[in-house]
Amino acid sequence: MNVPSIQAISLTKKYGSFTALSNLNIKIEGAKCVGFLGPNGAGKTTTLKLFTDMIRPTSGQAFINGIDVHKEKKKALASVGTLIETPQIYPSLTEREALLMVAEIKGVPPDSLEKSVKEVVDKVKMQAWLDKKIGKMSKGMQQRINVAAALLGDPEVVLLDEPTSGLDPRGMSEVRDIIKDLKKENRLIFMSSHILSEVSEMCDEVAMIDHGKLLAYGPIEDVVSRFSDKHAGVVEVSLIKPIKDSALKRIRTINGVRSLEKLDTRRFNLKLSGGIKTQQAVLAKLVKLNIGIIGFKPSSSALEETYLSVFKETV
Amino acid sequence: MEKLNLGKRNVVPNGARQILIMTKYTFLDYFRSRRFFVLLIIALAIGALLTGIVGYFRPASFITSVLAFYSSWWGTSVTFIVILSAVFFGGDAISGEFQNKTGYFLVGNPIRRSSIYIGKYLAAFIAAVIILAVFTVITLGNGFYYFGSSSIPYQFVESFILAILYTASALGLTFFFSSLFKSSTMSILTTIILLLFVFSLVSVLIESLANIQPTFILTYGAQVITNVLSNPYPPAVTTSSAGPGSHFILTVYNVGLSEGIAIMLVYFAVASVAGLLIFERKEFI
Repeated sequence: MNVPSIQAISLTKKYGSFTALSNLNIKIEGAKCVGFLGPNGAGKTTTLKLFTDMIRPTSGQAFINGIDVHKEKKKALASVGTLIETPQIYPSLTEREALLMVAEIKGVPPDSLEKSVKEVVDKVKMQAWLDKKIGKMSKGMQQRINVAAALLGDPEVVLLDEPTSGLDPRGMSEVRDIIKDLKKENRLIFMSSHILSEVSEMCDEVAMIDHGKLLAYGPIEDVVSRFSDKHAGVVEVSLIKPIKDSALKRIRTINGVRSLEKLDTRRFNLKLSGGIKTQQAVLAKLVKLNIGIIGFKPSSSALEETYLSVFKETV
Repeated sequence: MEKLNLGKRNVVPNGARQILIMTKYTFLDYFRSRRFFVLLIIALAIGALLTGIVGYFRPASFITSVLAFYSSWWGTSVTFIVILSAVFFGGDAISGEFQNKTGYFLVGNPIRRSSIYIGKYLAAFIAAVIILAVFTVITLGNGFYYFGSSSIPYQFVESFILAILYTASALGLTFFFSSLFKSSTMSILTTIILLLFVFSLVSVLIESLANIQPTFILTYGAQVITNVLSNPYPPAVTTSSAGPGSHFILTVYNVGLSEGIAIMLVYFAVASVAGLLIFERKEFI
């Protein structure tokens, strides 16, 4: 089976003299999560709307799994789950009915409809509200149902526009867990977000856009290291056991480590002097120290520094 | 570009099936909504008011003959109920998808916008016909009471079918305006002002002042619903004198059966297609 993919070829969207998206060229394929970052008005939602045919491109094409979305929308979106902005649902329908409607539209077989709805409702933890009217639910509850609707039909590609918007901290955490689970199931998740820690936690790659132009795209470490000439890369190291001070002393002496910041007994941040190759070398040395490493990832602050570096002139 | 082999996937239903899905769930939403309940109350209130007035005062225009009864009862009220139904169920049917963002829940799915539009139209049509059916039952109940159950004139059946056609046309028009505007208030106000006031006013003015038959006005075509209940059928043109010295000649045109049907069909077709084309091109900005 081929890998899921999305691709934009010279994708441009203009509203009169205002260019919302300018000549976007990007190809993303494989089971992964890609964070789509940029300041307000950068063109993130415009891109997602073009990928769902909610708006028409001024020029260029948007493909999902090799199919032009604008020319063959039904076919292109057949295996896609979408959540664009914060949709409202017909208020007199119950949660069950709203999800059944989407499931039927997506072609979930009749004998699997109830089962499919139950599965996604379990994921977003909205079982208790299944037969309650949408109009009586809070914004956060409705957003959970929107997430559930995006998961219906076992989609290969999931397009999410700030999926945790409007959710309380527990809801945000649960949606993040859902997205992490989706990654394990051969799905491509393309997700816009303003929450850098969220992107850092969930995504493998990041695309940065501003004024309708793509500024950077690649694995988070690469993008972070690309801007590390001015800003040292920061990685967060997680351990299975508490670390001793003697071990910390030795880590500080590793070549490439600029500074060490202890977060708690099992986590610390390393500020590195180089990019991806330095990270690789430092990780190898940390493993040799046998300190019980279970996590080694660019910290959200590294992504934040990169973000601020890339978008420093944006108003 | 190489296309993906999707393997065993869900089969997205064809357009006709998706229209039925949209119709089913939109109708459920309408059926449980406050607007359906309010409209039902209005239809029942009109029926109750007429029942009380006719039962108490026994006006001659109602009880002299069975045809006069249906003409006075049904002919004077049904167009108002049709217009209200069209505005209640169609006024914000499409504009609401943009203003309330319900469209964002649907449009990102593998469904054509035409399926959403037609599905919503059918749901609104069914809801409007139910309201019409309730009023029909009240009308027939009173007709049976005064003239017996075997007394339904064939003209009433004709008039009922024409009222259904008028419902379809009026809904086509309200869907067109609903598609044209992004604001629900604007689309509702435009259609209600047009159907209740502007069309009637323009019709009277051009008939009486310019002696032009207003075949381009929907409400003129809908007069056929009342005209078929007259025996004999009203003449195509009637004139009467008015004003001081009877110098002012008033001309009134009566739409013929085929003309009325044609006007309603044209409105239905043109407004529906135009509304659909606008919705297809409109962007969810």
